Amino acid sequence: MHKVSDSLSVKASPRIKPGVRWQTLMFDMEIALLPVVLFAAYRFGFGAVKVIVASVLACVVTEWIYDICLKKEMGITDGTAVVTGLLLGLTLPSDIHLYVPVVGGIFATLVVVLLYGGYGQHFMLPALASRCFLLISFADQMTTYTVDGISYATPLAVLQEGGAPSLMDMFLGNINGSIVEVSTIAVLLGFAYLIVRRAVKVIPPIVYLISFVLYMGMFGGHGFDMGYIGAQVLGGGFIFSAAFFASDLVINPRTAAGEVIYGVLLGVMTGVYRTMGFAPESVSYAIICCNLLIPLIDKFLPAKKKEAA
Amino acid sequence: MKNKHLDAIYNGIIRENPIFVLMLGMCPTLAVTTSAINGAGMGVSTTVVLILSNMLIAALRKIIPDGVRMPAYIVVVATFVTLVDFIMEAYTQDLYASLGLYIPLIVVNCIILGRAEAYASKNTVTMSACDGIGMGLGFTVALIVIGLVREFLGAGTAFGITIYEASSVFEPIAIITKAPGAFLVLAMLAALQNKFKMKSATNGVNGGKEKGCASDCESCGTCK
Repeated sequence: MHKVSDSLSVKASPRIKPGVRWQTLMFDMEIALLPVVLFAAYRFGFGAVKVIVASVLACVVTEWIYDICLKKEMGITDGTAVVTGLLLGLTLPSDIHLYVPVVGGIFATLVVVLLYGGYGQHFMLPALASRCFLLISFADQMTTYTVDGISYATPLAVLQEGGAPSLMDMFLGNINGSIVEVSTIAVLLGFAYLIVRRAVKVIPPIVYLISFVLYMGMFGGHGFDMGYIGAQVLGGGFIFSAAFFASDLVINPRTAAGEVIYGVLLGVMTGVYRTMGFAPESVSYAIICCNLLIPLIDKFLPAKKKEAA
Repeated sequence: MKNKHLDAIYNGIIRENPIFVLMLGMCPTLAVTTSAINGAGMGVSTTVVLILSNMLIAALRKIIPDGVRMPAYIVVVATFVTLVDFIMEAYTQDLYASLGLYIPLIVVNCIILGRAEAYASKNTVTMSACDGIGMGLGFTVALIVIGLVREFLGAGTAFGITIYEASSVFEPIAIITKAPGAFLVLAMLAALQNKFKMKSATNGVNGGKEKGCASDCESCGTCK
């Protein structure tokens, strides 16, 4: 169908086993994200639900209008727009003004995905690209987190200033942050479901975790201090990004060796951003940068099959 | 269009718009269009240089030896740019401050050298002046449009006048006035003009259907 120079393009998607359909896959993603959404509703109340719903609606409506305007086959029924909206909404602070998820949803769907030829042809993770777009545009709102009307520092900000947040609090979600940053248990539950359903790549997240821990141990300035490294892993969007973004079926190298390299790059980039960047949290930037390197990885480690001539 | 002078002008503004069709002069386009006023200033100063240099080069086209034509064009263009530079510094200081380095950089603007090489060196003075007016206006209009869109979305203003302010309903999207926004807006506008103007298999009323091709001109060439 699309023939962008084969060596550089990501093959027509979804690059999963034949017989597994996009819809099934997206349905699995929705189920996996359900515990996270429920936890968010419990933790942040109606505000978080409004943000998530706004983001999902923005994505779906954008794709619907785009398909109508360009007289294309209806794409919204496969659920990809819903999943993008869910992922985006979950990475935002819970009490943000509602136009932020709407702008983000439109950007993620229209610019990052549809203009590049639709789902499967996009070259970076739409939800994360959109999050970066919003981070630059609405910096104040995107980095102010409040729970029940009280605003206080996120664990990573505490860590950057030399404090030591409690690991147990971070694991249980007794902390502040964007919607997903507080729901580690729910995220792990969802990830476990996806592994059981074989709807994710497992290598990149694991390599990502290992390389990130090693990097922070070596260059974090605290040695292999469990408290520090634990806080770095549990803090911010790391767990969620590893579970739902690094494991993406489309935005990933084609070979196992490529996946390992991708995982290492992710870990190193995240470490570099965390130790040297100004912002305490920048997993999204790290992953977006590594997304851009995937075609290069694929070029130097081509799939063994002759299909990619 | 019957009048060949008008046709040259129309050609520059619409058919071969330097920004949206020829994709020339991208550096000032991306850099100075943070607001419509900046875009207009850049466009007008480039237009003045373009018209004058086109006319002079057309007048000298039989005198300039072929082997050294590029240095000769550069000298002509640089002369006019220096004039414009000094005039702007004297009379429009605010604009001069915000455009900064991009005024001297008009010397190497590829629209000006491109038109000198492709048009002025082969045509009469009047025609070259018309071409300069058309291309310059096309450039100016494009810069103003890009600047206006970026200003409106990114700062909530139009020509410096506040249209809306940050509130709980909407807030200007700051990234549009920054560098990534320039690329995004330029690409979107170029795509839009392509959509509404270009005739191709997927575009226009009868488009490629009459020709019975998939607009794969590279491997066909029948229409040429």
